[in-house]
Amino acid sequence: MSDLAAGGGHHPALQHHFRDLEQQKAASSLGMWVFIAQEILFFGGIFTAYIVYRIKYPEAFVAGSHHLSWQVGFFNTLVLIGSSLTMAMAVYSAATGRSRRVVGFILATVLLGSVFLGVKYFEYAEKIAPCLPGASGVGCLVPGDRFDASVLGVSGAMAGHTQIFYSLYFGMTGLHALHMIIGIPILLIIARAAWKGRYSPEWHTPVEMVGLYWHFVDIVWIFLFPLLYLIGAH
Amino acid sequence: MSGHHIVPVRVYLGIFGALCILTVITVAAAQFDFGPLNNLVALGIAITKATLVVLYFMHARYSGKLTALVIAASAAFLFILVFLTLTDYVSRSWTLTLTG
Repeated sequence: MSDLAAGGGHHPALQHHFRDLEQQKAASSLGMWVFIAQEILFFGGIFTAYIVYRIKYPEAFVAGSHHLSWQVGFFNTLVLIGSSLTMAMAVYSAATGRSRRVVGFILATVLLGSVFLGVKYFEYAEKIAPCLPGASGVGCLVPGDRFDASVLGVSGAMAGHTQIFYSLYFGMTGLHALHMIIGIPILLIIARAAWKGRYSPEWHTPVEMVGLYWHFVDIVWIFLFPLLYLIGAH
Repeated sequence: MSGHHIVPVRVYLGIFGALCILTVITVAAAQFDFGPLNNLVALGIAITKATLVVLYFMHARYSGKLTALVIAASAAFLFILVFLTLTDYVSRSWTLTLTG
């Protein structure tokens, strides 16, 4: 948009309190990274809880983890890495001025994110359904009165400790899934703006910022997968 | 715009391939028992994957010193959070042993 700058006008996306688009983007980017720093410590707290209890009850964590299907976790890991690739390609397409491709790659990201959440739904359902009123209670893995430790092959004090594993399992994967549930509508809003041609190689900051968020959520899962699904595999 | 780095597509595809391979490796490694090294192997692979995502997908490698500072500060505070908490929880059993 150098023609606009030469004529004394400015890019429609430039807000008056910034000198130029570059400074505006640097401010947005710093703000997003500081938000991610906060997110790292937010998840850091629950990861710390995991480490403390894992050190305290290692056998219970292995018993709890063993019941989770690593194949399902593995599949979902690949789906989420794939969604990070399509997100990176959406940012690339915006930077090279291909708005239609931005829309396509964002929708692909949303689709892969939805596949992840769909798989997660079935994983949750098989653990939660037996706990519902009127259900048998066999295989109920929601911590609480109806928790059925017998399907994990444990009893006594160990049964209580596996409840801690499942509390962390639901807490950690639930918070992660919540981040994706929040991310998907934001992606759709940005896809709509891209469809309307709002972004250009000069200015596509929202695409880049939602990309940072999505990749961060991917990183959280990269740690959750081995910590929750793989500790009982060998 | 100056300083606006466009990462080529082949880099993204390469990182995607590396992440997939590392995921397979982490599953394969979990089938073997390395004793106390199990956690180090799993965590080492996860940290490698996270670093690739941060550097290339999140463009940290091309984003300048301020971004690097925020990332380093996040890592430092995460370390403080985990390490100082563990100095308490891990050493509790020591005092119990000493006092019987």
